[in-house]
Amino acid sequence: MTINKTAFWRFHPVTYYSAILLVVFCYAPFDVNAQIDSLALDEVKIQSISRRQTSSTPLQLLSGEELKNLNSLSVADAIRFFSGVQIKDYGGIGGLKTINVRSMGSNYTGVFYEGVQLSNAQNGQVDLGKFSLDNISEIEIYSGQKSAIFQAAKGFSVGSSLYLKTMNPQFKYNERYHVNATIKTGSFGLFNPSVSIQNKLSNEFSGSANAEYTKATGKYKFRYTNGVFDTIAVRNNSDVERMRFEYALHGLLRDSSIFNTRVYLYNDQMGLPGAIVSNKFDYLQRTWNKNAFLQTSFQKAFGEKYTLLAAGKYGYDYNRYLDPENVSLNGLLDRKFKLQEVYLSLANQYRFNKIWELVLSTDYQFNTLDANIYRFSYPSRNTFLTALAIHANFNKVDIQANVLGTYLNDRVEDGTPAGDKQKLTPTLMLSWQPFTGKEFRLRSFYKSIYRMPTFNDLYYTDFGRTYLKPEYAKQYDLGLTYVKRFKNVKFQQLSVQADGYYNQVKDKIVALPGNNAQRWSIENIGYVNIKGFDLNLQSFLRLNELALNVGLTYTYQDAIDVTPISQGQVSYKRQLPYTPTHSGSFLGGAAYRTLSMNYSFIYTGERYNQKANIPVNYVEPWYTHDLALHYLLKLGSNELRLSLEINNLLNQYYDVVANFPMPGRSYRFTLNYKI
Amino acid sequence: MNTKIISRILLFIFLSTASIGCRKDTQVAPEELINTLFPAEPNASVRGLYLVNEGNMSMNKASLDYVDFTAGSYRRNIYNQANPEVTKGLGDVGNDVGVYGSKLYVVVNGSNKVEVLNVKTGKRIQQIDILNCRYITFSNGKAYVSAYLGQIGDRKAPNGIVAEIDTTLLREAKRIEVGRQPEEMAVVGNNLYIANSGGYTPGNYENTISIVNLTTFKETKRIPIAINLHRLKADQYGDLYVTSRGDYLNIPSKLYVISTQTDQIKKVFDVAASNIVIDDDLAYLYSSAFNTITGESIVSYDMINVKEERLISRKFITDGTDKLIKIPYGLAVHPTTKDVFVTDATDHVTPGVLYCFDSTGKKRWSVETGDIPAQFAFVYK
Repeated sequence: MTINKTAFWRFHPVTYYSAILLVVFCYAPFDVNAQIDSLALDEVKIQSISRRQTSSTPLQLLSGEELKNLNSLSVADAIRFFSGVQIKDYGGIGGLKTINVRSMGSNYTGVFYEGVQLSNAQNGQVDLGKFSLDNISEIEIYSGQKSAIFQAAKGFSVGSSLYLKTMNPQFKYNERYHVNATIKTGSFGLFNPSVSIQNKLSNEFSGSANAEYTKATGKYKFRYTNGVFDTIAVRNNSDVERMRFEYALHGLLRDSSIFNTRVYLYNDQMGLPGAIVSNKFDYLQRTWNKNAFLQTSFQKAFGEKYTLLAAGKYGYDYNRYLDPENVSLNGLLDRKFKLQEVYLSLANQYRFNKIWELVLSTDYQFNTLDANIYRFSYPSRNTFLTALAIHANFNKVDIQANVLGTYLNDRVEDGTPAGDKQKLTPTLMLSWQPFTGKEFRLRSFYKSIYRMPTFNDLYYTDFGRTYLKPEYAKQYDLGLTYVKRFKNVKFQQLSVQADGYYNQVKDKIVALPGNNAQRWSIENIGYVNIKGFDLNLQSFLRLNELALNVGLTYTYQDAIDVTPISQGQVSYKRQLPYTPTHSGSFLGGAAYRTLSMNYSFIYTGERYNQKANIPVNYVEPWYTHDLALHYLLKLGSNELRLSLEINNLLNQYYDVVANFPMPGRSYRFTLNYKI
Repeated sequence: MNTKIISRILLFIFLSTASIGCRKDTQVAPEELINTLFPAEPNASVRGLYLVNEGNMSMNKASLDYVDFTAGSYRRNIYNQANPEVTKGLGDVGNDVGVYGSKLYVVVNGSNKVEVLNVKTGKRIQQIDILNCRYITFSNGKAYVSAYLGQIGDRKAPNGIVAEIDTTLLREAKRIEVGRQPEEMAVVGNNLYIANSGGYTPGNYENTISIVNLTTFKETKRIPIAINLHRLKADQYGDLYVTSRGDYLNIPSKLYVISTQTDQIKKVFDVAASNIVIDDDLAYLYSSAFNTITGESIVSYDMINVKEERLISRKFITDGTDKLIKIPYGLAVHPTTKDVFVTDATDHVTPGVLYCFDSTGKKRWSVETGDIPAQFAFVYK
């Protein structure tokens, strides 16, 4: 690898990564007759490759060492490397980071934490910047629903799914506990210690506790220029303080039942850095969050044929927003929101034989929202989800089909609630191995989804928008996977995933200001057609003691606004805001004995920050190079790990969201000790 | 499978991605000129019309356009090219614009500033910082700027202010506290009338007009009218036309006529006027009634004879163009030709449209503007 020569290529990064590919694909020996040597590919990797290959919906995942070696602090940082994914990032450690898969909108992605959805009934969005990678062992993303029918009904209700798996304890014989302590520091005044303790309680039960503290000034330099003015300033009001504590009890009972209970406590306070606009760089707004949940799940097989999966959750989210720039008779604007959730789920699986299985899942969810806003509606919502799914696994063909029924009922204490909503949506998924060889598979899926209006859509202002309908989306996907393991010492494996897709979103909920900005109207007026192509390549090479892995993603998106009322306007049939036509990433990892190195490159092509694709709305492409070095020292059964990360190596100043500058070059040091 | 073929296909894909772009050299957003939009009148006494586009909040997309009557052309986004050295340009949410003497004043709300420009060239002469500034009006060598708050962060200071700007020194000379969140202003005689809204306290809106004596620069009186006042225009008979936005729920929007002789309400029009301009004996207005059940707004365009203080049946759009206007926003009447200028803010996130109607209500021309075209100022010879 020629990573240390990056500087020579600084003006042609794309050429640079093409050159790497040239090396990889033209000069790597494709000798299929050499001896088998699978030493570089461990079991976990082989499993994840095979899961990706056989999934009926496109699956991408990062786990284990690969995830650990990545230049990432939060979940949001890590998922930038996936294809088909756009992160809306307001910059810095505290800046809001939401995911948008295949341009359908962030409300379509379900984020599941240990199998249970992290929902936000208020705005339908999850800030992934708040989820540190400290306690995460695997990140999976399906551009569709999870490709397994034995799951909670919620799993069937999402347009795409992000699964976050925590570190679960595994003990070798005679081991009673593990301790893992980490401290991170570096740019942005970061101080980030964490500790996790895993304890074997009995032969059946183990516990794991994880605590993390993050404090950062969040300050960083940014630069704006038009060629004449050239201004460098420091981001203000971007301080962050976060605390997280989790305790999980894991049980694997004698009858093979699986039991998991988790308590999650989170607390933060931070400044809200605003848009950098002419003559206003400094802000005073602050926010406080408290999140707590208790979730539990239990899975038990009754005989060979019937398995039951039950789950429950209680969640409490508190958010306070203080705006000293808005002074009323009641003092400073100080809004407090309280969201509560009760969730119960039951999934039943019945296996007829090795080929056929049937699943019936039902979920119930209750949400309430309180706020100290004048004339607030105080909404509460009952949601019932029922999914009936069937799975047939023939020799070369795998079929999954399900139908999901959604019933929703809102109540409000003040005003008119949105009417009951009831919808039935089908999904069909297919995976096919057309040839005798297992390397090549075709897959396809069709899915329709209703996206229910959130509390904010319906009740944000002083009257309920009862006329709002759910959004309706259709997804079509056709793709292939190709996985080849070469019986070659050097070039060990190549896996390819390519998918073309077409998504349609109808009755998209769009906020429109009225004749004065104080009264916004929200209407089901948006229509969006999205054509796209995702490509993923991964390869492993081994040259004696040097192990190399290379990953590459490419995303093409043609996401156009076909809102009928915009017909004749400059925005009609134009690319959606913040949606690049081309984007991609490159990941290269090298491991040599106790040293490993990671290089990553992310490219996001030109975009527009409003619906009209005109010069004043143009947003420049951005591309960042990140580099990480890791050193692993084994001290008996203990491990010491040192990491140095340099992010945005070439110090490119860029915006993901207009006027919310991203940091330039930054550093992070990590010291990790494992007992 | 033949791996060589695969590798070649992949190579092709990635070499083709190599052709996708890198960053361009940053450059100043250029002015756009739309020529021969309408017949030029080189000797017109009203030389042109400035239009400020608000731009969405946090988008830093306030922009300035100019209708050149002498050239028959439209110049879009003139600020950046005239002032490339100003960091991040005109700024965030252009809220008002006014011409006084040889200078153009642009009130940029989100950027907490009033830009003073050369009216001919658009070049910046001065920047005057005023927190949360809203509207501007002029009298006797002074400019008056209303601002939602006098300071930020003080829970005991919910009132707004009016700042007096000396138009020769181009700096704030003095300021006076008025009601909460003041909006439009007008000068009648030696008094400045200010519409207070109280918009930051929805449970307790303001309901007054503040009267400031311009000699003493003291608030002499507050006259109660209706809640949440916004527009305020004076006619030539010493009456004020002021709009109340209501509470968006139970109390509807209305238009009030106030006599500055008696400081009393003379008349109430049951129209939900969103914007109003007065030219000679005619007031032009549009209103929009929002239905909370359907979420739709019904827009109507009306005219009032201010001499007789009654709605008249005449319309200022007669050719059906009103059906094309999604969200009417800015409004202006040409003082000599009586052409009417109406802007359409469309969906607020795409460029708007400026329509010009002749005095019989027929469309003369239309042109694409910046985002949320809002306020106008005429330029005289």
